[in-house]
Amino acid sequence: MIATTLQRQGVTLEPARPVRQPVMPHHGVTLDLQNLGKSFGANPVLRGIDLKVPAGQFLAVVGRSGCGKSTLLRLLVGLDRPSIGQLLISGRPATAGVARIMFQEPRLLPWARVLANVEVGLTPVGGAAERRAQALQLLAQVGLADRARDWPAVLSGGQRQRVALARALASEPRLLALDEPLGALDALTRIEMQDLLAAIWQQQRFTAVLVTHDVAEALALADRVIVIEGGRIALDLDVPLARPRQRGSAELAALEGRILDQLLAPGRGDHR
Amino acid sequence: MALAAQAEPNLETPSETAPAAPAPSRLGLARLDPGAALAWLVPALLIVVWQAGASLGWIPGNVLPAPTAVAAAGWRALWSGELWANLQISFLRALAGFAIGGGLGFVLGLANGLSKLSERLTDTTLQMVRNVPHLALIPLVILWFGIDEEAKIFLVALGVLFPIYINTFHGIRTADPQLVEMGRIYGMSPWRLFTRVILPGALPSIFVGLRFALGIMWLTLIVAETISASSGIGYMAMNAREFMLVDVVVLAILIYALLGKLADSLARLLERLCLQWHPAFQTKR
Repeated sequence: MIATTLQRQGVTLEPARPVRQPVMPHHGVTLDLQNLGKSFGANPVLRGIDLKVPAGQFLAVVGRSGCGKSTLLRLLVGLDRPSIGQLLISGRPATAGVARIMFQEPRLLPWARVLANVEVGLTPVGGAAERRAQALQLLAQVGLADRARDWPAVLSGGQRQRVALARALASEPRLLALDEPLGALDALTRIEMQDLLAAIWQQQRFTAVLVTHDVAEALALADRVIVIEGGRIALDLDVPLARPRQRGSAELAALEGRILDQLLAPGRGDHR
Repeated sequence: MALAAQAEPNLETPSETAPAAPAPSRLGLARLDPGAALAWLVPALLIVVWQAGASLGWIPGNVLPAPTAVAAAGWRALWSGELWANLQISFLRALAGFAIGGGLGFVLGLANGLSKLSERLTDTTLQMVRNVPHLALIPLVILWFGIDEEAKIFLVALGVLFPIYINTFHGIRTADPQLVEMGRIYGMSPWRLFTRVILPGALPSIFVGLRFALGIMWLTLIVAETISASSGIGYMAMNAREFMLVDVVVLAILIYALLGKLADSLARLLERLCLQWHPAFQTKR
């Protein structure tokens, strides 16, 4: 299954190619997970994941709560260390600082104004004025340039998440991990945010890994969806649909059906 | 150019009709007034009742002199320079004690909040010392320092240390782990993590400690000065008692009340400045 997935990505760069200097200014990294596993005490959460993600791919990871999908994401960004196996980012062992992550909570500093919160994402070199201008530009990108002087407390949930997105994009990450970042938003704001994310990803082509329990969201955004069950990859599905995607189209519905069948299948837990 | 020249007088017109401009600010002051006035209504009323009671002879002068008599005593003390000198020495004692005790409490709170080792090493000891009423040490302190400045400063420092320590410690310890994690992901150095994430998060708690400490600072100073001193407001009161100058005693008490209020107002102002981000402190403008 893994081998077939590998060959499907003809459009993007080959994953095996050692990336030294990215050709494009913002180019994604490749991810290579080799028998990656994580246990908490005697309790294995991930049981050996083999996965190759080509550079610039938008990967969605879906699964029931507790299936280990968030743990996988934490391993990818270096928040946790794997118990077994290894993770190669662009062919090299993972180092901290490559990835940015967006959480379900915006995690803004309440005591810093919106602009200063975005500046947190910038590398602390460069003049103050330059950083300010850069942060303002990022805010404009998420449509919040006019809220630069506000405290995060006065923003709505969706606006806060957009500030968090601007902050995550500040360092032009080559890997953006998204841990259900839209989970706490209302349905309409979610759709707006999905469109924004899709547009920014198309522009910058970083490698994106989105963890979600919302299959429709995964399909709206991702090139490829994997389903994790019992700490293993249970389904690996390409989403070969053009963008912008038509919400509620027949192709999306068919794919959604397949994924939901897998998630809700009575044979779930074969591995045990 | 012509357009600009034409536009200019138009721009001038609003400021030309300036008489309207000061009005809003006067209105703004007037709008602020009721709140401030309301806060002082009760003290003012108390003074009026007190004055009336004294003037009508309901309150004997040797029990509680009239406000006018207290004011006269205040005026005399001010003219003789006695009040100013005593006020100065009391203020310096309070400040010195507060700086030493508050500084120590703050540093210990930071250290124990950030380092498990430091906490293990010192927290138990501090908790034991904290539970001794520091005023109970007065006899010992007099034996150690006599009635010199060190005695008063030592007592104030000791009293102020614990509220600052406990609240700083608590503030640092309850730093939001999600924000700390965020800071780590964004590659903040330990120092930046401390100054940008941990310390600002601890500030509301530290301010609670500060206000508590200010109260304890005056309390301790009053007691210390009345028991063992040769100068200061507390000494002035005790000295006046020996000469049955009730008006001066009352004056000293009122000065303590005002100083306490002043310190608290300063702390509040500082709080409002530093915690602008906090929804509870956001002033509606």
